[in-house]
Amino acid sequence: MLKAVYTIWLREIKKFIRDRSRLVSSVAQPLIWLLLIGTGFGATFGNVGDLKYIQFMFPGILVMTLLFSSMFSAISIIWDRQFGFLKEMLVAPISRTSIAIGKSIGGASKSTLQALIILVFSPLLGIELGISRILIVIPLMFFISFTISGIGIIIAARMESFEGFNLIINFIIMPMFLLSGAIFPISNLPSWLSAIVNINPLSYGVDIMRWAITGVTERGPIYNLIILGLVCIITTTISVYLFSKGK
Amino acid sequence: MNIIEINNLTRKFDNKNAVDDISFEVKEGEIFGFLGPNGAGKTTTISILCTLLQPTSGLATISGHNVINDRDQVRSSIGIVFQDPSLDGDLTAEENLRFHGMVYNIPKEIREERIEYLLKMVDLYDKKDELTKNYSGGMKRRLEIARGLLHYPKVLFLDEPTIGLDPQTRNRIWEYIIDLQEKKGITIFLTTHYMEEAENCSRIAIIDHGKIIALDTPDNLKKDLKGDLITLKTSDNSAAKELIQSCFTIRPEIKGDSLYLYAENGENFVPKLFRALRNLEITSVNVRKPTLNDVFLKLTGREIREETLDAVGRMRESSRGR
Repeated sequence: MLKAVYTIWLREIKKFIRDRSRLVSSVAQPLIWLLLIGTGFGATFGNVGDLKYIQFMFPGILVMTLLFSSMFSAISIIWDRQFGFLKEMLVAPISRTSIAIGKSIGGASKSTLQALIILVFSPLLGIELGISRILIVIPLMFFISFTISGIGIIIAARMESFEGFNLIINFIIMPMFLLSGAIFPISNLPSWLSAIVNINPLSYGVDIMRWAITGVTERGPIYNLIILGLVCIITTTISVYLFSKGK
Repeated sequence: MNIIEINNLTRKFDNKNAVDDISFEVKEGEIFGFLGPNGAGKTTTISILCTLLQPTSGLATISGHNVINDRDQVRSSIGIVFQDPSLDGDLTAEENLRFHGMVYNIPKEIREERIEYLLKMVDLYDKKDELTKNYSGGMKRRLEIARGLLHYPKVLFLDEPTIGLDPQTRNRIWEYIIDLQEKKGITIFLTTHYMEEAENCSRIAIIDHGKIIALDTPDNLKKDLKGDLITLKTSDNSAAKELIQSCFTIRPEIKGDSLYLYAENGENFVPKLFRALRNLEITSVNVRKPTLNDVFLKLTGREIREETLDAVGRMRESSRGR
């Protein structure tokens, strides 16, 4: 089981390191958001609480990096299916569970690495991170992206082709990001919007990341952690189940 | 000794029987051919044997392991080359094999040794560090055969191993297959719709509409068609048919614009035939040994349509290239 998970993970990492252009573009996208939206909105909003807008937004951009990267990584199962490699894994004497878990851990490792590259830019925004904060941030990144990977695998488990791919980006990934409190504070929202934000698991990830990086939090780290933990258990269980049942 | 046993296996898709109550055995060490047109149920049967698909009813065992309950044992004892490529194009040939060796839990030293040996066997050792997406169709297939052998399976499944390949590569692949069976004693279970290829098998099962309609050695199957096949075109085929039936104990069949009949020692029979038909104009005559295609034709009344199949093959090949 462990060896199988490791093998699946190793394949993900090997391909990730090899594909430099994707690495560059996956890091460039959040940096562009940070630069354009951060500067643009910052000029209008001024400060959010004690934070400059760009500092407020920065943890949100980290979570955005995790979200996109983990989702795409999980959805690469559709690629594997399309190009036949999934069959090679499915006929091997390893459990479906180890394939799903290996994929999730692989996706989480890649996402964390990408988010760490973004994290390097934090001093430029006037954010000082001590070693102790970084030691909290890294496992947190891994945990959040592992949870998102579970959601991605649930989506990919039944998809045969890429036809629904744009649908996923437009109706799942973008709304999850926009309604997570990543780019605007969630304290003064109308109640209907606030309700949506509250059922979005990503908003707990954004809030706890903001706590870990700036110390500012809406809900408190413990509450966030409990919700995220529950979501993680549920999505992992469902993703493993769907993956074992699927063809 | 039987290495594969299949009993009353059925698989339904939307109430249609893709595989309809089939039973047969495969002997250890033979090349077993599974022959039939596309959609006959070949791939469905292989998918069940490879534990990728659950049968609706019935039982199948490989090397004594039940394909439904003992999946991991079955998976360890079989190697598979799928109809469509199943390599990771973003990994090199060696990495693809290494991945395989790791998920099949082969100890490292043995694994590396075998990877080298197998890459040399399929003549890909000097290209082992190339990404497999840059490989040609034939190279991919060879690498997949090497991969299927890496964990020393008892049975190697080959689903249309030569489809879409040029004749030269097809011959190469057949050399490997025959070599594997002769030198390593591996049982080989392959599907094909190429009649010429099926002749290389120890035994053949012919499947049509999900049912096994014949199972024997190629020679025995052809023996059922007595003698040589004579194809005849005349000015009046139905009159010719009557005449032949009255002169000989042979029942010719009219298909299209030709008359088909089987006769022993065809070369010597043709002059007699011409004498019997002297009042008719004979426009063409052909004598040849029967092929498995004729067996199929005889059994089903249809030809395995090579033209349409080749079109499918080409489509598949072009979609692969993307």
